[in-house]
Amino acid sequence: MLRDITLGQYYQTESVIHRLDPRVKLVGTILYIISLFIFNHVYGYVAAALFLAVLIRLSGVPFRYMIKGMKAIVFLLLLTVTFNLFLTPGEVLVQFWKLTITKEGLRIAVLMAVRLTFLIIGSSLMTLTTTPNNLTDGMEKLMGPLKKVRVPVHEIAMMMSIALRFIPILMEETDKIMKAQIARGADFESGNLIKKAKAMVPLLVPLFISAFRRANDLAMAMEARCYQGGEGRTKMKPLQYRKRDYAAYGVLGCYIVILVVVSQIGMAV
Amino acid sequence: MSIILDHVSHVYEKDTEMAAWALKDICLTIPDGQFIGLIGHTGSGKSTLVQHLNGLLAPTDGHIYFNGQDIHEDGFDKKELRSKVGLVFQYPEHQLFEVDVFSDVCFGPRNLGLSRKETELRAFQALRQVGFPEEYFYQSPFDLSGGQKRRVAIAGVLAMKPDVLVLDEPTAGLDPKGRDEILDQIAALKQETGITVVLVSHSMEDIARYVDRIIVMNRGSVLFDDLPREVFGHVKELEQVGLAAPQVTYILRTLRAKGMAVQTDATTLEEAEREILRALGKPAWEGLC
Repeated sequence: MLRDITLGQYYQTESVIHRLDPRVKLVGTILYIISLFIFNHVYGYVAAALFLAVLIRLSGVPFRYMIKGMKAIVFLLLLTVTFNLFLTPGEVLVQFWKLTITKEGLRIAVLMAVRLTFLIIGSSLMTLTTTPNNLTDGMEKLMGPLKKVRVPVHEIAMMMSIALRFIPILMEETDKIMKAQIARGADFESGNLIKKAKAMVPLLVPLFISAFRRANDLAMAMEARCYQGGEGRTKMKPLQYRKRDYAAYGVLGCYIVILVVVSQIGMAV
Repeated sequence: MSIILDHVSHVYEKDTEMAAWALKDICLTIPDGQFIGLIGHTGSGKSTLVQHLNGLLAPTDGHIYFNGQDIHEDGFDKKELRSKVGLVFQYPEHQLFEVDVFSDVCFGPRNLGLSRKETELRAFQALRQVGFPEEYFYQSPFDLSGGQKRRVAIAGVLAMKPDVLVLDEPTAGLDPKGRDEILDQIAALKQETGITVVLVSHSMEDIARYVDRIIVMNRGSVLFDDLPREVFGHVKELEQVGLAAPQVTYILRTLRAKGMAVQTDATTLEEAEREILRALGKPAWEGLC
């Protein structure tokens, strides 16, 4: 039932991308997203698409699996496109009733759709190839300098990793409770919106109770193991850059350079 | 009235690298009025199997028939099926949500669209059947002890008046006293109403005393499906799949190995005692101690 949501879940397999240092992937993803929004020429997007395609290929995650996870956000995508399409002022292309489609609107809508799609695929590539633990490790390390200005970096990273760790647990729990209530004749599918919302009560109450119970247990377990924050805490597997990570940074640099060049050529033509 | 599983297989995470066979080509018949013990090691597929019985999971391959009708055929009323095949999940107390015990038990029958009067009557009966004390009927279910919560949850399924009651490890996490109480209550219920009961467990001790048929699962297949005394004869094979025969079986086998002329197929303590007395040539009323 809920297992169909793959967005942001780790996909276990062996690949170069999986083995990369999480910091490289974090920086790479951020740069990639920025690049999507800075360069807005057609050639730029061709380059971005090619780059992404190569990365997906390398990651060994089946494309079908990624697309399956995308289904959940199609609605958001459609909404953005629709708003951009109809609400951008400019040179009128088509007009019927009160709705107008302008040239600028069409351009921005298409652009937005492409950007969002790439953005989502790009960032889900990161989460698909990085375990949550690695991800938060990388974040903690990257944000390290912020400690100097009293940002509780370790605590933020810890909260994030706990939150990420709990997603599959709570999903499983939801699945279980849902099944248990369906076995008692509950109906989550049919009926209008109000009826559906009411049907959620037998699901949400036990879910919240179990979430609080788990939080309590976890806090107790952390306390029992003398957890007291990041001060002086060492890691069993500290993050360390290897050759392939430097190579990956190199590739990333090349991508940016190519994008700049391609855009310049595009502008000139 | 019966459930038939015809070459049922189930694969989790189909078409991915994580694909796992939970059930492999299961053929079973669950006739009316039997008390069946479904037993197997963790991960042997018992929980997956029971979720097929009321149509929560659909088999990847094969068919399931309830009273001769394929339950996954178009137009089959799943809701009706779920009221006929009551499934009590593992740790069922985690599904409680209402403000008081009584309304929680009413949830099932109310979903069946019964009248208020009938709903409350059934809830009342169900709570009585599981031996839940009446003075706590209007308490919050969250204030109860673990054993009482479980009774309420089981009553929640019983209130739908199922013909088949399936319990997935109803004694997990209970102390020995709570365990015996729940199991005795289920056995009494079976006696009283004659419903079919499928009891899932990984402990032979739990099951041996009550059931008239044992199905042993291992890695998604049925290893044994027979009378308890026949199944316990396969001590070696049971141990190989991470299970054990009841302690009395071991005692009788040891006695026999030491030269005492006892039959080793007793399944309960009482039977074993009678058997040993017989071998010693003493009358049954004398007792061993």
